[in-house]
Amino acid sequence: MSSTTDTPTETPRDDVRDAEIARVCAALGSAVVDSLVKPNDDMWIRVTADAWRSTGETLKSLGYTYFGFISAIDWLPSPYGRGEDDPTAPPVERSMVIKQGYAGGDTRFQVIARLVQPFTTLGINIKVDVDDSLMAIDSWSQVFAGANWHERETHEMFGIGFNGHPDLRNMYLPTDFEGHPMRKDFPLLARMVKPWPGIVDVEPLPGDDSEEEGDAS
Amino acid sequence: MSLLGDRQQLAYIAAQAADARVNVELETEGMTLNIGPQHPATHGTLRIIARLDGEQVLWADPSCGYMHRGYEKLTEVRSYPQVTALVNRIDWLGSFANEVPFILAAEKLMGVEAPSRAQHIRTILFELSRIANVTLFLGDLGVQLGAVTPVFFAFRDREYVLNLIEGATGGRFHPNFDRIGGLKDDLPAGFIDETRNVMKKLRGFCDQIEDLLFGNEIFQSRTRGIGVIPKDVALQYGMSGANLRASGVDWDLRRDQKLPLAYDKVDWKVITHPDGDSFARCWVRLQEVRESTRIVDQLLDTSPAGPIMAKVPKIIKVPEGEAWVSTENPLGEMGYYVVSQGDMGPFRVKIRSASFNNISITPWLLKGVYVPDIITILASLYFILGDIDR
Repeated sequence: MSSTTDTPTETPRDDVRDAEIARVCAALGSAVVDSLVKPNDDMWIRVTADAWRSTGETLKSLGYTYFGFISAIDWLPSPYGRGEDDPTAPPVERSMVIKQGYAGGDTRFQVIARLVQPFTTLGINIKVDVDDSLMAIDSWSQVFAGANWHERETHEMFGIGFNGHPDLRNMYLPTDFEGHPMRKDFPLLARMVKPWPGIVDVEPLPGDDSEEEGDAS
Repeated sequence: MSLLGDRQQLAYIAAQAADARVNVELETEGMTLNIGPQHPATHGTLRIIARLDGEQVLWADPSCGYMHRGYEKLTEVRSYPQVTALVNRIDWLGSFANEVPFILAAEKLMGVEAPSRAQHIRTILFELSRIANVTLFLGDLGVQLGAVTPVFFAFRDREYVLNLIEGATGGRFHPNFDRIGGLKDDLPAGFIDETRNVMKKLRGFCDQIEDLLFGNEIFQSRTRGIGVIPKDVALQYGMSGANLRASGVDWDLRRDQKLPLAYDKVDWKVITHPDGDSFARCWVRLQEVRESTRIVDQLLDTSPAGPIMAKVPKIIKVPEGEAWVSTENPLGEMGYYVVSQGDMGPFRVKIRSASFNNISITPWLLKGVYVPDIITILASLYFILGDIDR
């Protein structure tokens, strides 16, 4: 019995997640800007900033009661590259064009959250654009208690505010710390003073002797 | 006579009521107690500021950041194979388990799957690091409650497991053994026999701890009914691992999630406990060590022969995309959200570590408990500072 002739499956299908994303999009209505399903992998939706809080409430009522995480992504390419350059050399020209990820986006900063349906491990990643001029979205801390600390961390690391958060104190950094370390334009100082010697990965892979370059082992 | 008796009884009842409502009846001077950052119960440097009224906690505010090392930022300037050396140090007692979800996320983005022998060995080492991690928890638990003996047993028996990990990977605490597409090396000669012996010893250790601690009346009275976390609260805070299963949630990512690891090839049980108190959390962990030794034993029997490395290019470039992979680590759900832009290194990595969520419940949980119970509750929640601060 050869299974090669059964069905010409060019694109793998995932009925469970397709149905689930349809259910979520129907419940959220016009709040959803974009959605994406990677078959047998994961789901992504992007919602409008106005509907951020109600999205959390709706998803919670849809059964996504397990809180995964909240964080942010700075889509700006780092002006310092990967820090492999010689700090004494003149700076290299780098493309600063923003390349957005799954479910698109219009702004430099995006907040991403993950919720999971317990007992099915059907998870959903929710993204929301953060307006550069406002730099704030609504807080989820009244919807998911666990969001409290995650929003504090995101606030100090990215400088994104959360309206309605009870206590946006710094989590890790000293109170008088200036800047937001996880932003791409915040330099990693250790790399600014000395070039990183480890950027070239020289360890040969096991069982890959054919391409060894003269190094007797 | 009888009137006096009644009066006495009434006074007694009133005194009891006053005891129960310390804030109302017995006005005491409030006091702020600072626990840590260098307190032995904090497994590192967690500081807890507790406002007390008498012996009762009015509010508690954990303050972390004494060990923040900025791994999320550092991953952005490393290549994919180099990141494993960093994530080793997140939960330093079960280091190998930290590497696996990151490597799986990178493999998912590349569309690579490790050969089945590599998957088996990964699972064996994953469970060994869980055993090494939780063994120390079980010993440490006694110290928090004033019992000093168990910790010596724990250190003794953890050494056997660490020797195994060292034998296979070369590193006792930071193996850095996982590679995209497989593993660095095959298992050394004699590993299987030695592991069988050690698993037998570890089951003996579990029995010993159960006798010493779990049957102990002091231990029971200090942990039973203390620090109860209901199911829905636990889910809301994103608690995971044994802490969640001790609240009666039958959810284990090893079983419920389809990952290229060998858990579906062995016969094992997910342990839950309905109570949600400190005792339940400790008990679930003890039973999980037993289950882990069973998993390892079976995997030793069933490991297939074959290559340990899939065909991957020498210079690893991960295609554009985003991936989330989480596994059931010794401390709970540990996941990596990896954003790749087709580079040699990740564009952004969000490290979702278990202890961060597990500890974020403490302001809620410590409200109203008595001072000695703070230590018990923190011990039973079981966190590693590196796993909170990252």
